[in-house]
Amino acid sequence: MFSISLDSVKEGKVVKVLDIYGGWGIRQRLSCLGIHPGDLITVKKSGIIHGPILISIHGNHIALGRGIARKILVEEVE
Amino acid sequence: MKIALMGQPNCGKSTIFNHVAGYKAVTSNFPGKTVKYTQTKFKLFGETVELIDLPGTYSLTSFDLAELEARNYLFREKVDMVINVLDASLLGRSLELTLQLLELKLPMVLCLNMIDEAERKGIRINIEKLSSILGIPVVAVIALKGKGIEKLFTQAYNTAKDKPRGKTLSFSKDIEEIISQLSTELKNENVEIYPKLPIRFLALKYLEEDKFFIEDLIKNYPDFLKRVKYFQNVIQETRGRPSDVVISSERHYLSMHLYESVVVITDPQTSLRDNLDNILMHPLFGYISLGLIFYFFFNLIFGVGKVVEEPLLDYFYRLISLIEKSINPDTLLFSIISGIIQGLAGGVAIVLPYLFPFLFGLAILEDLGYLPRVAFLLDVFLHKIGLHGKAIIPFILGYGCTVPAIMATRILESERDRFITSVLATMIPCAARMTIIFALVAFYISPKAALAIYILNLIVIIISGRILSRILPEITPGMILEIPAYHIPSLKVVLAKTWLRMKEFIFVAWPLLILGSSLLSLLNYYQIDDLVNYIFSPLTRLLGLPLVVGTTLIFGVLRKELSMLMLFQALGTTEVIKVMSPTQIMTFTIFIVFYIPCVATIAVLWREIGGKMTLFALAFTFILAIMLATITRFTY
Ligand SMILES: Nc1nc2c(ncn2[C@@H]2O[C@H](COP(=O)(O)OP(=O)(O)O)[C@@H](O)[C@H]2O)c(=O)[nH]1
Repeated sequence: MFSISLDSVKEGKVVKVLDIYGGWGIRQRLSCLGIHPGDLITVKKSGIIHGPILISIHGNHIALGRGIARKILVEEVE
Repeated sequence: MKIALMGQPNCGKSTIFNHVAGYKAVTSNFPGKTVKYTQTKFKLFGETVELIDLPGTYSLTSFDLAELEARNYLFREKVDMVINVLDASLLGRSLELTLQLLELKLPMVLCLNMIDEAERKGIRINIEKLSSILGIPVVAVIALKGKGIEKLFTQAYNTAKDKPRGKTLSFSKDIEEIISQLSTELKNENVEIYPKLPIRFLALKYLEEDKFFIEDLIKNYPDFLKRVKYFQNVIQETRGRPSDVVISSERHYLSMHLYESVVVITDPQTSLRDNLDNILMHPLFGYISLGLIFYFFFNLIFGVGKVVEEPLLDYFYRLISLIEKSINPDTLLFSIISGIIQGLAGGVAIVLPYLFPFLFGLAILEDLGYLPRVAFLLDVFLHKIGLHGKAIIPFILGYGCTVPAIMATRILESERDRFITSVLATMIPCAARMTIIFALVAFYISPKAALAIYILNLIVIIISGRILSRILPEITPGMILEIPAYHIPSLKVVLAKTWLRMKEFIFVAWPLLILGSSLLSLLNYYQIDDLVNYIFSPLTRLLGLPLVVGTTLIFGVLRKELSMLMLFQALGTTEVIKVMSPTQIMTFTIFIVFYIPCVATIAVLWREIGGKMTLFALAFTFILAIMLATITRFTY
């Protein structure tokens, strides 16, 4: 299993969060929405080029800008 | 007794609040619309209760101004009771805030709202068990239908009397060890920020590297910072992650564990959301739908407005000509009476027919939960003007009224983004300016011309955005936005919200309008308006407008609609097309749309972005208005 950043994951794939780069602010923000290392994320929509992505986590949908998604390191499961 | 409603954004706090207060706080289906707190008083068992609806906050570690407001209120004020409202359909995540609130050791009741949504998702919650684990009462509520609210407040009242404090759940042993060591040192040093904050809570805030708390520490207890860093390092070394991540992961683990032990998951009903989002958030159909929705919206406003405006205006004409027959038109009395009637007519016949369908439609879009989807679709484009998707929410609200739009910029994380968004939001034609565009341009020229103004306006905003983000080059933090489930809007709520927003026009703007209109009659009667018009003549000449338009521009700063209504008054007719050419109407409208925002907007700008920036915004929009209007004069 190799790790990639969340913005390069294809639509419909389930991934596991490995690490979150980025400062305190981003870490805390993501943690509030339930995104922590170890959590499972489903990528629902990967917007048009450089657009945001839509993920589903713990039954909730969240839009993440590309820049943010790039800072989330994940690995594919299955 | 003081009861505060606290919960994560979009959990239904305001809906509960409104159930008690009557429709006072605006509710909508997107995170972050309550940006300042609303209060109300009511009687409960003969006692006066003050109920406070605090802005939604994801956690007690705060990032944006709205969240900070909620948190500091709780720290600062003496609150007898906290009602922690949770979206039951998002129980796992919502419990994280609950755990933090419990650390505050305030009397608390848990309100599991949106039980209907949870059931739809197949989530069944064992309420007794949850209550016994947390040591506080838990009440199930469906706020939208008013179910369980009475029980909630009865429970809150009784609990406030007994003052139980709930239980704090423990983290892993090693972390608890560090918390208790740090707590002991804090106690010995007498470190405190707000006198009533429990030591354990304080210790956690330091370990989480909460900016506000750390800054206070640096200021008041500079020597102690070393100790905090020491404990943070211990955690970092043993766990291999920064201590703030460790603490939030611990809390996450606790709430997930709690969630699993109180919830039974059954099969969810197929959700409307996925199917609808497959279209509305689709990379191609999403944009097509967006265009169609707004095009339909535009036509709806014009359709309704035009049908109502014509017969109503006719009615008022006849009224005035009737009066002309009975009172001599050259007397002061006639001037005043016709001024009042013009003011009344302006409100009923010209503003309301467009205002109502607009606000009604906006309320439906808001409650449906469409706005966050628009943010998703437009994020890419907003990056081009140096902002990100969330900025679209203030922008859309700006089409309603600029004041709440500027307030809503508080949901943006960076000060620069707030500034740029505020300035751009003042240029968006609010409902008042919309009535001018519709009642003058669409009505007398053509709906296409009105649409053209909106498009021109967008282009100008985009260009201005690019200029501003060039002047302030800073990378926007990027969008993190929850996309809530769709809610079927309830007619009652939509109407109540529309009414709440119309009240602003009916009780503030309209009296002003009637007053202004009679004042103008007086000025006219004593021929003082000539002087004002003379002062403004360089501007009106430049724009090629009739000189009498001068006075109306002053009124526009009070309220934008006033400009148009005063225009009728100044021209002495509502049939503008007889005295002004289409070019003049177009020039006038474009000038009004862009130039200096109304006083209410200036006041809120001043408060939100400061005096200097406000003056900058005023100068910027004024110069822009003159340029655009001059161009229109010579090209249209
Ligand atoms: N299905 C359902 N929807 C609700 C319930 N309570 C509130 N809502 C809706 O949820 C959305 C958010 O509510 P609001 O009161 O604005 O949330 P706030 O941000 O916490 O103040 C609105 O669209 C409400 O109509 C409920 O019990 N059930």
